[in-house]
Amino acid sequence: MASVLEIQDLHVSYRSREGALHPALAGVSFGLLPAEILGVLGESGSGKSTLAGSLLRLLPRNAKILRGTVHFEGQDLLQARAEELQQIRGRRISLIFQEPSLALHPTMRAGEQVRQVLAAHGVSGKSALNKRTRQVFAEVFAEDVERISRSYPHQLSGGQRQRVLIAQAIACGPAVVIADEPTASLDPATQMEILGVFRSLREKLGLAMIFITHNPALLSGFADRVLVLYDGRVAELGPAATVLASPRHPYTQALFASLPSVMEDSETVRRKRLPVIPGDSSPSSLPRQGCCFEPRCTERMDICKEREPGVVKVSASHTVSCFKYEG
Amino acid sequence: MQPLLKVENLVKRYAKRSLADAREEVPALNAVSFSIFPGTTLAVVGESGSGKSTLAACLACLESPTTGSIWYEEKDLVKLGARARRQVRPQLQLIFQDPASSLNPRWKVLEILVEPLILQRNFNREEMNQRANSLLERVGLSPDIVKRPPTELSGGQRQRLAIARALALQPKLLILDEALSALDCSVQAQIANLLMELQSSLGMTYVFITHDLAMAAYLADEIAVMDGGRIVEQGPPEKILKIPQHETTRQLLAAVPRIIPPALPAVEQ
Repeated sequence: MASVLEIQDLHVSYRSREGALHPALAGVSFGLLPAEILGVLGESGSGKSTLAGSLLRLLPRNAKILRGTVHFEGQDLLQARAEELQQIRGRRISLIFQEPSLALHPTMRAGEQVRQVLAAHGVSGKSALNKRTRQVFAEVFAEDVERISRSYPHQLSGGQRQRVLIAQAIACGPAVVIADEPTASLDPATQMEILGVFRSLREKLGLAMIFITHNPALLSGFADRVLVLYDGRVAELGPAATVLASPRHPYTQALFASLPSVMEDSETVRRKRLPVIPGDSSPSSLPRQGCCFEPRCTERMDICKEREPGVVKVSASHTVSCFKYEG
Repeated sequence: MQPLLKVENLVKRYAKRSLADAREEVPALNAVSFSIFPGTTLAVVGESGSGKSTLAACLACLESPTTGSIWYEEKDLVKLGARARRQVRPQLQLIFQDPASSLNPRWKVLEILVEPLILQRNFNREEMNQRANSLLERVGLSPDIVKRPPTELSGGQRQRLAIARALALQPKLLILDEALSALDCSVQAQIANLLMELQSSLGMTYVFITHDLAMAAYLADEIAVMDGGRIVEQGPPEKILKIPQHETTRQLLAAVPRIIPPALPAVEQ
């Protein structure tokens, strides 16, 4: 199946005030399939937000895209001219941010914030704008559409605000939605609700989606495939059910092991130490060569210090970057 | 055994300001009662708006309850005068959700750690520096970081620092208000382990406030489930998880995002 979005060998670095380059993404490649939800799993500093921003070239001034291609609808977005990109952002590919209370204008009614997105992308005429806005709100809200559309952000709950952001993102009928930790600030019940909204939009509109999160548990039963990011590299990529139930990369395995589980027998599990990944992934503790997870890995071998592992296919749809599975 | 803290019929109402100046009161806590025994952990779980954080603020003497009592060492904190309360407060410390906003970004680690000691006025410079070093060690941080600002630390290091600062005055009770929620999963596990270590080495007592029922069940001896300002169900984790009685508990349990528990090789500690 052809990908809607194809990312090849993406390298992005940030320039520090002293002028040194600090890599945030180092050779990320993957394809987003039509109508799929791809969960990108990564912890702080793994490069997941840089990934979200670089696909639409919305990065801080000191970021530098060093190499790579992002193919979408016949062109490379990294080479596209500013005006071309402006036509794609928010219309063909849209972005949803983490903090709905910061992403919305505080003194503008929710409906107007969606109308502006439509107006910016060529919908004109008051009645056409209003009609389309109502349609979009009806997609994300089951009831109270009129009231919510007339409300200011502070009059809405966190979940409702997030739905307004989703409404903005889908207003122009995009092919791809990139959501960067869209549920991180919500409580668990609301998180589940928002995941439900995303799923139903995928069914109804056939959206393909990149869902970025640090919480692996959110992805089970939600994502179709999972991409695990560690230190700006793809550690593992495969079908969600496989990656979540039987991860192959030592990092993914250790990460999942550190989660407390309510499924287990609480009497026996409770108050034992949780297994942790030793060390941390701060830039100062990352190795200069070899596999980036080597210093924290319990299964390290001699070769891990020498060079970076290549991508190994462990099944037709599941790849892992680890020497354990080579040869 | 005597409870360390005994809360009786705690009520907190906030006055809701409206344009018409109609006085309306919003109940945030409604007849909350419980006891915590020394060296144990009580987890308070509930959704946003259930009254968890108001409870934390009342226990830490940051809010005055409308009615009710908080008994601590045979004193009712609610009725205590300002001076007497100031003497008790160092023993009840609060740790917040986001260490990035609870630590002064312009201060160095050392200044953050010695501030509570300076406020007590009982220590000279040398003692304070020594205390700062041993606090850092206690929470698994290197004393090398004393000269650095917290902005240069990772999220996990910052929360360790917040814990070290809370421990500076040798408190008996730590109130942890969503103290793990803002951290990465692997860091949550590290901090949860640190909390358990401190509990066994120092005999700390915790009130662990969270919406994460899985972590609550892991850390707590007793779980209290809150909804609409009331404790709707309370009991040991095994009981709460296996035979939840109240609808709110069932909802919280259903909302815990689950990952299929994988069969895993042992991970190095």
